[in-house]
Amino acid sequence: MVLQPVIGIEVHVQLLTESKVFCSCSTQFGAEPNSNTCPVCLGLPGVLPVLNKKVVELAVKAALALNCEITRRSQFARKNYFYPDLTKGFQITQFDLPIATNGYIDVDVSENGGEAKTKRIRINRLHIEEDSGKSLHGEALNVEGTSLIDFNRCGVPLVEIVTEPDIESPEQARQYLLKLKTIMQYCGISDCNMEEGSLRCDANISLRNEDGSLGTRCEIKNLNSFRFAKRAIEYEMRRQAEVLEAGEKVKQATYGFNAATGKTFMMRTKEESQDYRYFPEPDLVFLEVDDDRIEATRKMMPELPDAKRERLTKQYRIPKYDAMVLSTSQEIADYFEKCASLHPNGKAVSNWVMGSVLGLLKERNIGIADCPVSPTRLAELLNLVADGKISGKIAKDVFEQIVETGKSPEAIVSEQNLGTVSDESAIADIIREVADKRPDLVAKLQSGKLNVLGFFVGQVMKRTKGQADPQIVNQIIRKVLLKE
Amino acid sequence: MGIEKTQVEYLASLARIELSEDELELFSGQLEKIVGYVEKLNELDLENVPPTSHTQNLKNVLREDTPKKGLTKDEALALAPDRQGDYFRVPRVIESD
Repeated sequence: MVLQPVIGIEVHVQLLTESKVFCSCSTQFGAEPNSNTCPVCLGLPGVLPVLNKKVVELAVKAALALNCEITRRSQFARKNYFYPDLTKGFQITQFDLPIATNGYIDVDVSENGGEAKTKRIRINRLHIEEDSGKSLHGEALNVEGTSLIDFNRCGVPLVEIVTEPDIESPEQARQYLLKLKTIMQYCGISDCNMEEGSLRCDANISLRNEDGSLGTRCEIKNLNSFRFAKRAIEYEMRRQAEVLEAGEKVKQATYGFNAATGKTFMMRTKEESQDYRYFPEPDLVFLEVDDDRIEATRKMMPELPDAKRERLTKQYRIPKYDAMVLSTSQEIADYFEKCASLHPNGKAVSNWVMGSVLGLLKERNIGIADCPVSPTRLAELLNLVADGKISGKIAKDVFEQIVETGKSPEAIVSEQNLGTVSDESAIADIIREVADKRPDLVAKLQSGKLNVLGFFVGQVMKRTKGQADPQIVNQIIRKVLLKE
Repeated sequence: MGIEKTQVEYLASLARIELSEDELELFSGQLEKIVGYVEKLNELDLENVPPTSHTQNLKNVLREDTPKKGLTKDEALALAPDRQGDYFRVPRVIESD
């Protein structure tokens, strides 16, 4: 029996600021350990945290991008827990008055190769909080029973985004994460660099009982890639199902995920919310966001992925799937649009961008900003094909050469004489040569066996090194050998 | 309001501190007095009083996002009871229960 999973996701996104959320220490990644700290983020006595203006701007932007309602008067709270990566003994976060609530993201999910369906995943809340320090444990240090702490991360601004338990499958979870990341990057809210920890996710999973009630949920922490997130959720669903099938009860707990074994492991039994003894942070004042700020932020919002996808589909008459792939990043969409403004066939442009260009970027592991073929060059190349000056096959070779030499497609074609052979008499001569060698096939053709046409076309293409247009070759063969 | 010893033990476990039997006695008495003192507020009719966390109604005290140099690495680590290289060193903190 398959029990329906109920999944909720919490994502921590690091905001793109220069300085920390409550003090002026740098947020630079990769600095020497403990070189970006001050009395505020080290939690020394007598200090006063002051909120970073940019954090508010980015949080409001994130809230609007996720279709949230902005809380007009929100508040910070202390979440009390004892752990050495947070020296104060509490984390400053938001509790009962988060900066935003009630948003959603629409994702397109195709399950088991079926047609993609749009699924709305509701967002319960978005709140501002500070990150904790980074601990290194045991094995790596050669000192048993010791942990080492680097406080550079402590106080780095985060927003935590929490969904409703609307996610019904591991694939939906993955699509949600991909979409969330795209939106954050579009808006310049976060670079979402998972290796550097600027996007981290936790998943809450339970199975729905047969009577429809919700089972006990388990949390999997620190899923540091979307692929791992999907695998961890799949594993956890199976684990819980096995526990229930054995007639046992799922125990509420927090798990980690080991990517090497593909298994989850128990980290700790879940702390109850009341154990955190939240109370309003007395050192920080209320945060008020008024209509003017919301309107000003709204005006600064870029076109979001869904809107861009719609527009690309209509404006360039390309399939929805193409528009979706092209709008996964703003830079790729810009590249496409620049190229499509110089070449009339939108579908041809999207084919080349999704195939040759994205393939090249993947092969070289570079971003589109470093693509050796500019959108202008690509458009020039496509124009040569459209004007019948080179064949599609030659175009692939010319693309490779633009990558290598950076020369213009026109220059490459004329230097190497790659232009289409459209000289009818030249092609007719080649056909006669081929016919002389294979009188048997000529006889077949003339007796009405049109399937041998392919042989002659192939031979001509070979002898012209792919520079002839196969359709024209076909017509000339019929003219020369069949007197049509 | 009475404070049970088990409640003090629980609080101590959240704070990761160990209390002796005598200390448990001592603190449950002290906590009882503190909580009892705050309990007095319940004698008032606060039905229409909004909860507050500040005596002054301040809002939006913000600073510019400009990084400034804080403590040097050595200044920060000078405060640590123990260090290893550039790190603060603490007893191992992975939980097991």
